[in-house]
Parts: sequence; structure tokens; C-alpha cells
Amino acid sequence: MAEKLKVATASLCGCFGCHMSFLDIDERILDLVQLVEFDRTPITDIKTIGDCDIGIIEGGVANAENVEVLREFRKHCKILIALGACAVNGGIPAMRNSFTLKECLEEAYVDGIGVDNPMIPNDTEIPMLLNKVHPIHEVVKVDHFLPGCPPSGDTIWTFLTELIEGKPISFPYEQIHYD
Amino acid sequence: MSTEKSFKLDGKTIPFEDGDTIMDAALRAGEYIPHLCHNPEFTPHGSCRVCIVDVNGRQVSACTQPATENSEVINSSEQIMSQRRSLLQMLFVEGNHVCPACEKSGACQLQAVAYYTKMLSPHFTHFFPQRTVDASHPDTAIDFNRCILCELCVRASRDFDQKNIFAIDGRGIRSHLVINSPSGELGDTDFSAEDKAAHVCPVGAILPKHKGYERPIGDRLYDRKPISVVGDVAAHEFDQE
Repeated sequence: MAEKLKVATASLCGCFGCHMSFLDIDERILDLVQLVEFDRTPITDIKTIGDCDIGIIEGGVANAENVEVLREFRKHCKILIALGACAVNGGIPAMRNSFTLKECLEEAYVDGIGVDNPMIPNDTEIPMLLNKVHPIHEVVKVDHFLPGCPPSGDTIWTFLTELIEGKPISFPYEQIHYD
Repeated sequence: MSTEKSFKLDGKTIPFEDGDTIMDAALRAGEYIPHLCHNPEFTPHGSCRVCIVDVNGRQVSACTQPATENSEVINSSEQIMSQRRSLLQMLFVEGNHVCPACEKSGACQLQAVAYYTKMLSPHFTHFFPQRTVDASHPDTAIDFNRCILCELCVRASRDFDQKNIFAIDGRGIRSHLVINSPSGELGDTDFSAEDKAAHVCPVGAILPKHKGYERPIGDRLYDRKPISVVGDVAAHEFDQE
């Protein structure tokens, strides 16, 4: 039997909705694990990534840790996939790009309604925020894009089966939407 | 003897009359050529370039190019589709098109044409421009983040409503929609939600207030069928309720 493909996934600046949608493939995940083995992913809770065939990234790039994780994924994955609106174009988090970072932080931690003990967090453990949120293709090369907020379980299933079987990637009309 | 003039669109014979553009003849024959700034009710504008077709080896916009006898027009080759996709990708990165946060999503022509061309990514680097929202009018909001400069509101307000409320100011990358009032706000004009200009926007830039997200996901204009079957947003303006 051929060796199983190794798959890693991560959520950067996203809401984990795309990972939840991934789980919406339901019992088909049993078929999937016949073909793939999960490396670093919230599903296995493995924290470091080894060499993988497929890397799936949810979420855009909003802080220094996102950049580091994304670069690690690019370095270790033969094929890198942008999963969902935030990874593809920045999505909802990128709406903060209409404001300066200072304005965002002051609204959240200083001037916002109901803020108690106003102070912008500056612990060194907290990753530094980038001035703007970026889609992942603005930081590393991306091989495939799956739009949607989130892409449906069916869309993810169509994509993964076509990719694993080496077929051209194409979707039924209803499976592609940007929201 | 038949004296009907015709041209070929992807090998199919399309009859036309004198004065027809390629788009006029194609629409009458029920053939879909993707477009954004074109609306058959208004003078063609030719600015979005999404209706680009190949005519005898030259690339032209179908909405402004007069139909000519026996010409060979290519509408759906992979090369033409890929150029349309690039044009759409540029439109997406040039503005702030956050589909998950837009009331027009699902019934947006920019989205629908992008789906039709199988656009999966924005490809280019996003501009993330700084633009504003004008909520000064009681019935209609304008979100400049989503404007694609199709000038349909400009044409509708000038040619149909006779009000001249909208215009495009600036040139090149600085082009932007402006409103003809001393404050620059829509609330200070005689704009009305009954105006033609309130019902021609192909994207979510000019939106009626008090009725967002009325249609559930799955039931919206382009959720199940592509724009080539459904038709333009403007043609469905009044069948939403």
C-alpha cells in the first residue's frame, strides 16, 4: 500500500469556522484517514510541523506569530492551500485595515464602552500585531485557494478528493461562494 | 431572399440590425457575454472591460463594438476568460470587497461574474484603500469601499432622473465617485429611493436602508444558478420581495 499523504492544518487570524466546516465532511473523515495522516493540526494537537504533503491554512496574517507559522508551513509543505475568505483575501479581520493600528487598540483597550482599567496590553508573550491584516498569498506562495466564509464541507471534500486523486480541481457551481 | 445580417459568436450565427453592438445582438439572441458596466437601458460605457471579446483577432469590448457582417467573435475561450478573471481580480483588490460583511452578497453582479469566470483568488496584492461610508440619506446608504466606477448611477441620475447627483472625479487610480451637493453628502441632495439611480448599482455600493439580509443564504439571486442563466442584478431589482 502506498504511504499515506501527510496533512497539516493551522488557523492564523481566523475564527476556526473553516476548521469546523472541515469537520462538516462528517463520516467521510473515515475515508479521508485511509488516505492521509494528520501531522500538526488542532485535530491531533501536535504543536510542531514535520515534512508534509499538504498544508491547509485558515485565516489571514495579522501578527508576527502568524507570519512565523505560515513560513514554517510553506517550508515544510509541498502544497499549500488558502482555506476560506480570511486566508484568501484577509476577510473580516482585514476590515481593521480601514483604521490605524493605534485607533484599533485605543478603541478596544482605552476608549471603548465599558473598558475597565484602560491599558493597551504589552506583555512580551503577546505576538506583535502587524499594521495591516494580509491574505496569506501576500506573504508566501500559495498553490490553491478555496474561497468561502466558510467553504462548505462539501467544497472541502470535493477539493481534497480531487487533489489526492491527482485530478484537475473543479467545483459544481453551488460549491463556490465568497461568503 | 434573406437580407438578414449576421456574425458568428463562438461559431453560432447571431443576427443583427444596423446600429447594433455585439452585446445588443448577443443579448437579443439570448447569448451571455459577461459584463458589469453595461445595462441595456443606458448608453454603453465600455469602462469595465469585462465584456472583452476577440473579433477577428482583435480584442474589443462587446458593449461598444458595432456588430459587423460575417465577423468571427470569440466569447468563451480560456484565453478570454482568463483575461476577464484578471480584470475582476484587479477590481477586487482595488476596493474593499468584504463579501461576508456585505448585504449585497449573493445578489451582487461583481461576485456573480467572478463565479462565472471561476475566480478563486484575488491573485494580486490588495490596496486596502481608505474609503468612507455615506449614511446621511434617510433611505439609501453609499459604501464607497465597494464602488467599481461603472458609472451606472451617474448615467441613471443624469440621463433618466435628470438630477445629476453622481459624478466620477479624479483620474486613473485616483478616480472616485462624488456626490453633487455642497457638503458632498447624499443627504443634502434631492436623491430619492424611487430614483432610477437607486436601482442600477451592480454591487453593494448604493444600498437601500432598513432591509438588509432579507433573503436567506441559499435563496439569493445567484446562490443556485449562474448569472448566464439568471441575468443581471438590475433586471431583478423589483422581484426581491
